[in-house]
Amino acid sequence: MSNSETKFGDYGGQYVPEALMPAIEELTDAYERYVLDNEDGFVDEFRNRLRDFGGRPTPLGRADQLSERYGHEIYLKREDLVHGGAHKLNNALGQVLLAKYMGKERIIAETGAGQHGTATAMAAAHLDVPCEIYMGRRDINRQRPNVFRMRINGAEVNPVDVGRGTLKEAISETMRDWATTVETTHYVIGSVVGPAPFPAMVRDFQSVISEEAREQAIERTGGLPGTVVACAGGGSNTMGAFAEFVDDEGVDLIAVEAGGSALDVDEERGVAPNSASLSIGEEGVLHGARTKLLQDGHGQIMESHSISSGLDYSGVGPELAHLVDVGRVTPATVGDDAALEAFHRLSTDEGIIPALETAHAFGFLEEALGGDDATKLAEPIVVNVSGRGDKDLEAVIEETEARELPNAPTMEVFE
Amino acid sequence: MSSSDRDDPAKRASGLEAAFDEPAFVPYLAAGDPDFESSLEYVEALARGGADVIELGLPFSEPIAEGPTIQRAVARALSSGMTPERYFEFCERLDVDVPLVCMTYYNLIYQYGDEPVRSFVERAAAVGIEGFVVPDLPAEEADLLREACDEFGLDLIFIVAPTTRGERLERIMAQVSGYVYVQARLGVTGARETVSDHTAESLQRIAERGGSAATDVPKAVGFGISSGEQAAAVVEAGADGVIVGSALVDIVAEGDETGRPTDAVAADLEAMARELKEGALAGGQRRPRPERT
Ligand SMILES: Cc1ncc(COP(=O)(O)O)c(C=O)c1O
Repeated sequence: MSNSETKFGDYGGQYVPEALMPAIEELTDAYERYVLDNEDGFVDEFRNRLRDFGGRPTPLGRADQLSERYGHEIYLKREDLVHGGAHKLNNALGQVLLAKYMGKERIIAETGAGQHGTATAMAAAHLDVPCEIYMGRRDINRQRPNVFRMRINGAEVNPVDVGRGTLKEAISETMRDWATTVETTHYVIGSVVGPAPFPAMVRDFQSVISEEAREQAIERTGGLPGTVVACAGGGSNTMGAFAEFVDDEGVDLIAVEAGGSALDVDEERGVAPNSASLSIGEEGVLHGARTKLLQDGHGQIMESHSISSGLDYSGVGPELAHLVDVGRVTPATVGDDAALEAFHRLSTDEGIIPALETAHAFGFLEEALGGDDATKLAEPIVVNVSGRGDKDLEAVIEETEARELPNAPTMEVFE
Repeated sequence: MSSSDRDDPAKRASGLEAAFDEPAFVPYLAAGDPDFESSLEYVEALARGGADVIELGLPFSEPIAEGPTIQRAVARALSSGMTPERYFEFCERLDVDVPLVCMTYYNLIYQYGDEPVRSFVERAAAVGIEGFVVPDLPAEEADLLREACDEFGLDLIFIVAPTTRGERLERIMAQVSGYVYVQARLGVTGARETVSDHTAESLQRIAERGGSAATDVPKAVGFGISSGEQAAAVVEAGADGVIVGSALVDIVAEGDETGRPTDAVAADLEAMARELKEGALAGGQRRPRPERT
């Protein structure tokens, strides 16, 4: 029998209320049996459903305009083409299916951008399990289309009003629901965060991204990529895009966090105007795991900020934090303005409207390769297009109007 | 303490167990709610009303085990400027002769001072705290804190949930000292109208699977208790004490919202404390209670 990882260096662990521990033991057992050991053909069913329902495999396509612009061979791993429009379904489908194998009767999940909530609602409808989603009030307001998609798929959406009303509060509230309903309910956590076995299990469900990309790169380019770039909020698309390359030491792995409006922090107000926990965070314990966090000198968790709800989180997955500490993954940050600019560039140059989260990965390309003092990245470069941007259009219109961007089309409304 | 004593849970305890010689009332308030000075008066009022142990909350920004009532208390205390250092000052200023237990989340214990966990426990011991309840620290992750508590002679209280069974229960009972926090129902903290019927069942399970600690370490039941009658019922069902938080925090919250004078709120807290303590004692009379040794 395979054993699951609970710690990544000093990170990870299981810092949760006792009421949840028996469920976490039960989940660990189910993860080891079904996911790691393919008991009852779980993995086969998961793969089949990813294909038939999820639309996998997704293509790896060359970005012609960007390759020319930057003088580097650039390929795009198209997770925006997964059913629902983001990588999130890979994990949601895996966990909802696992919940069914475990005999759970109800699904709950948190969501930030609404992409994980949407993916979970779709998977729950597909597999016929009742589903409730917790979402911060602020995120509900900036990701309205996803709220309706969840409802239309039959999920109940519960607004979370405490704190700033973003992902951090939504996770806390979902944990509270779980502590109450744990005997019948599975919590489908939306990223590689939380107590073990979630970080390893979510990574395993997402690693289909790098499994495909690795093969596709070899087929298309005759070898491994030189660099893989992915945005990082909690880090699930990131770990998914990196997992199969971690042992390929020649492949550079770059995790792009939200630099928000500035990289400093306001200790006094307990606010960080960014979500750069890998780059400027300190070790601490939040939501079940020891990891890198945005926190003040006392250990109170700071409010984060990003133009993209899906990156707007004070923590990050423990395995990613560990890979950064040991030097295997390089963190980078891209601010709100650069991300929005990159959003428009990918849309106009490549005909792909990316999620604002994803746009950060492209903002990194511009910052690394676009200027006069351009560095060189190892080629070919694979960028993980974690999701499409339809959900962000309202926010993009508003944020674009509020700025002077060099490359944005007019957002004026026709009379 | 010799190392063999340390491995023997029954010999770990400091003064907390003695607080349960008769059915005990263990109130919770968040330190600094709604402000430092009022909060001192409120905690002292609970002691006057008959508290046997006081669980004093050090507010953390992500209280994942708390319901809305205590979440709001924590937010009020944080916005009034409560920090770990102010909390220790608060403990020093408190004029009570009741043992204090620090109830907080692990990250604050971990971040304090130069030596993770040890610095915090050392400082807590210096201000007279006698034990810890840490809701996001299950037995699996508690080695560092257990070590520091043993070093400074403090108790480490663990929560036993309705879902805690079999081997888990045995492992927890082998590590616990001071008292066992028996969580009466699944879910988060918050006052309820009725007492959970899991209580008797949970106490029974602990008696059966808890080893020697099950008879040696007092069992205090909490989550949802809000009246003297409920306190009586819980003690009658076999508890050595009752833990009450949200029902008391409600009084603080209402006082804050309606702008009542501090001493009026303190008087209400004292009266409520008296009702709960008397309830616990009455519950004790209603059952044939074997002497604890
Ligand atoms: C499209 C997209 N990309 C990235 C993320 C960030 O999540 P993670 O870091 O777990 O991949 C989100 C989260 O909502 C998302 O919707």
